[in-house]
Amino acid sequence: MTSLDLSTGSLRDVNAALQAAESGEFVITHPQGAHALACGLNASVEVKIEGPVGYYCAGMNQLATVLVDGNAGTGLAENIMSGSVTITGNAGQSAAATGHGGLVVIQGDASARCGISMKGVDIVVGGNVGHMSAFMAQAGNLVVLGDAGDDLGDSIYEARLFVRGTVASLGADCIEKEMRPEHLEFLTTCLTESGMDADVSDFRRYGSARTLYNFQPDDVDAASESTERSDG
Amino acid sequence: MSNDWHLQKSHTFSPEVMAEIRRAANTGVYSIRGFGAKRQLPNFDDLVFLGASMSRYPLEGYRESCGTDVVLGARNASEPIHLDIPVTIAGMSFGSLSANAKEALGRGASAVGTSTTTGDGGMTDEERSHSTKLVYQYLPSRYGMNPDDLRRADAIEVVVGQGAKPGGGGMLMGQKIDARVASMRTLPEGIDQRSACRHPDWTGPDDLEIKIIELREITGWRKPIYVKIGAARPYYDTALAVKAGADVVVVDGMQGGTAATQDVFIEHVGIPTLAAVPEAVRALKELGMHRTVQLIVAGGIRSGADVAKALALGADAVSIGTAALVAIGDNDPALDEEYRALGSAAGYWDQYQAGNDPAGITTQDPVLASRLDPELAGRRLANYLKVLTLEAQTLARACGKSHVHNLEPQDLAALTVEAAAMAGVPLAGTTWIPGKDETDRESD
Amino acid sequence: MCGIVGLFLKTQRHEPELGRLTALMLEQMRERGPDSAGFAVYGDDRDDRTKLTVLSEGINTDWGEVCSDLEIALDGAVTHRMVLDHAILETELDGTDVRQWIIKNVPKSTVLGSGHAIELYKAVGDPRLVAERYGLADRTGTHAIAHTRMATESAVTTAGSHPFSTGKDSCLVHNGSLSNHNLLREILESKGESFQTENDTEVAAGYLAWRLREGDTLVEALERGLDELDGFYTFCIGTRDGFAVVRDPIACKPAVMAETDDWVAMSSEYRAIAQLPDVGDAEVWEPEPARIFAWSRT
Repeated sequence: MTSLDLSTGSLRDVNAALQAAESGEFVITHPQGAHALACGLNASVEVKIEGPVGYYCAGMNQLATVLVDGNAGTGLAENIMSGSVTITGNAGQSAAATGHGGLVVIQGDASARCGISMKGVDIVVGGNVGHMSAFMAQAGNLVVLGDAGDDLGDSIYEARLFVRGTVASLGADCIEKEMRPEHLEFLTTCLTESGMDADVSDFRRYGSARTLYNFQPDDVDAASESTERSDG
Repeated sequence: MSNDWHLQKSHTFSPEVMAEIRRAANTGVYSIRGFGAKRQLPNFDDLVFLGASMSRYPLEGYRESCGTDVVLGARNASEPIHLDIPVTIAGMSFGSLSANAKEALGRGASAVGTSTTTGDGGMTDEERSHSTKLVYQYLPSRYGMNPDDLRRADAIEVVVGQGAKPGGGGMLMGQKIDARVASMRTLPEGIDQRSACRHPDWTGPDDLEIKIIELREITGWRKPIYVKIGAARPYYDTALAVKAGADVVVVDGMQGGTAATQDVFIEHVGIPTLAAVPEAVRALKELGMHRTVQLIVAGGIRSGADVAKALALGADAVSIGTAALVAIGDNDPALDEEYRALGSAAGYWDQYQAGNDPAGITTQDPVLASRLDPELAGRRLANYLKVLTLEAQTLARACGKSHVHNLEPQDLAALTVEAAAMAGVPLAGTTWIPGKDETDRESD
Repeated sequence: MCGIVGLFLKTQRHEPELGRLTALMLEQMRERGPDSAGFAVYGDDRDDRTKLTVLSEGINTDWGEVCSDLEIALDGAVTHRMVLDHAILETELDGTDVRQWIIKNVPKSTVLGSGHAIELYKAVGDPRLVAERYGLADRTGTHAIAHTRMATESAVTTAGSHPFSTGKDSCLVHNGSLSNHNLLREILESKGESFQTENDTEVAAGYLAWRLREGDTLVEALERGLDELDGFYTFCIGTRDGFAVVRDPIACKPAVMAETDDWVAMSSEYRAIAQLPDVGDAEVWEPEPARIFAWSRT
């Protein structure tokens, strides 16, 4: 177990040490809201951060297991590819933004734009998510044990959203969908993996109505041609 | 009654305008097309070089060398980019272009020692293997974005906007979203893709500064970070890009092309490249950053004259998009019959979004795409890039320069009042720069 | 674009360190706002006298003489002290009358702020140096807001720096970029506001000043502002006995808040708040968009 202290070491030194490791356990102390901490990790290392972090903690994470014991600012685990990032406190805006894979667990609340443009990551939030969450969400799953703010899933593609609490409003092209056995199965596994305790039957599913997928041009010329034909 | 009638054209309601109104009435959707702004705009043709005279002496061609190399990104990156020529290939996505086209661009650029750039679809293996220097775009959509590609790129270009549509996101129509493109972008096949216009996890230069730190931390501070902006408020935008930490600023003027966007965006948003360059340079000079943060200018660069003029105004390099496509065969007159069958004609074709490009460049159709031989096309691009460079050197030598970077605004004169005002260069045969006091210039 | 910090002391415990803590917070916002800085400190609040912070840029104004002339003209006592180029006038006279007199009679001067508790300082340059030069770390008081500026579409000048006064004891700092401020400026000018810069924040401050003059409460004014101010913004507004925070409905610009038994703080980035005492016990949250958060001692 290696301990790295951000009050005495620079961000570059701490990140370089984490990024160079191919295995092992690390504890980061005195993060004091530092930005880009533990970003770009690419090995099966375990990193525990004791305290609050700033923006982009664990950005573009691959393979690593990161735990933040505190709160996070904007973009926690943004563009995560694999591995897992867990936070005990609250996450700021755009948590897990554009994530491609892996698991992000937010035990507290996430604020606006949680899972924005997500591309395959699984996100589990123990508390609430803010407005515009899952905006343009393309793939992956967002599971919310609390409530969702306004415009959930606006312009959503194929990501799946599961919310146990209330949804303030649904965004454009986002509708409630039927819960089927495979969804309940997924939720069961997901909640277990993320250490969350909830009854899967309390969740509702939301997803794309798919009405915005293609432009729908009119063709009045065609209509008038056929009218002409039927007249003639 | 007189038979003495004649056709009187309306400039306001021209045949083109009427056709567009009819199209809108028929479909109820806006017109989407590719290419850049087509209407006449002030451009580099309105500037001329002064050349040699009694007071200035030219360099001999070939023997007296005129350097063309550029180093990009040394401000913060430990591995800056060294280019042999001051012309790069602008960002164009795999998806908007065929794989063969991307390969051709890579081959041609690599043959003459310059870089290519990925686009709104991520990096392909072919592109990485065929380009000796590859700039990886970081866009609002983040399609295909991943740290492995970030680490194998030679530079990273954070896209705030592009000249064709400052404020607009990427667009790719369903007919071009085949299995491979869809998979790279994590989208369903066949949908009409509209990308976000803002980045998902930062808005504004103060937060961009933090994002750039993250990108540097992920890549060990090795790679240059470019910031690309569409020409809107180039003076402020350039200053803000510098303050946010950019190593290189890319300014893309109104004439910059696109694979697909709304026609109104292309024609009515953004300012001409000619007007943008001096503003960007002014910002750099006021910050004491000219030549420390490099400026790449794009948007309607066509010839070595354009290259030299952009450099004379203070750019470090230029970027070509449309011109590169034309060089490899876009709008080829040999295909005129096929263009006509599509309702267009060679030289007029701008329906890049349709995906049925007879030249095999802006299409995903395998039959059409196979028409483009990447090796031959690469050779054409290499030739064209060589000509751009030779032309720029010719003009620079005529102005007595042993390196194209020694070109300066005082080597130029303007042919129109607009160009004089936009470029900050005197109207030919006078000392007049509209908008500038005589006293301003004395203290320059 | 910019950095904002605000610190409101709920109890007296940290009043002697108000300035020191605000300076620590401001230091963390340097990178996102390198061009200039400003701060408003609220302290020594007395009903029987008004303080005015006045700046004469680059002019050698004899403030002693100004005060004598003022005393004669308006028949009341006026004293002054200097903090570099900022003059702090203290008077029993009505603040509005004194302000009008100064505008008329002291050339090229700006009243940066006036009220019973507020003192307001701002200058061009590295925020760390600005804070040092104007002695922020030594200040005591009940609350403070501060700002670091990265100028977007207007010049880097003192006049363009934040905070902007919005009325008695009231001022505004802003992180973001408004999009209809030019339209609004013309409307506000017709309502009697005057503007010195092209700055969008100055317009937002003028808007608030106008609404407060028209009798709106701060909350009413900000609610109306949510409809009428277009663009991206996090605002922090200082008032005589507290502060308020509001974000636009889209809320792309950052804001984080924290609260303990002794203080409430807000900032653009958590690392500023991380400097505060007992922050480990604080409740930390991100304020929702389009909602006014306000604290006061009364």
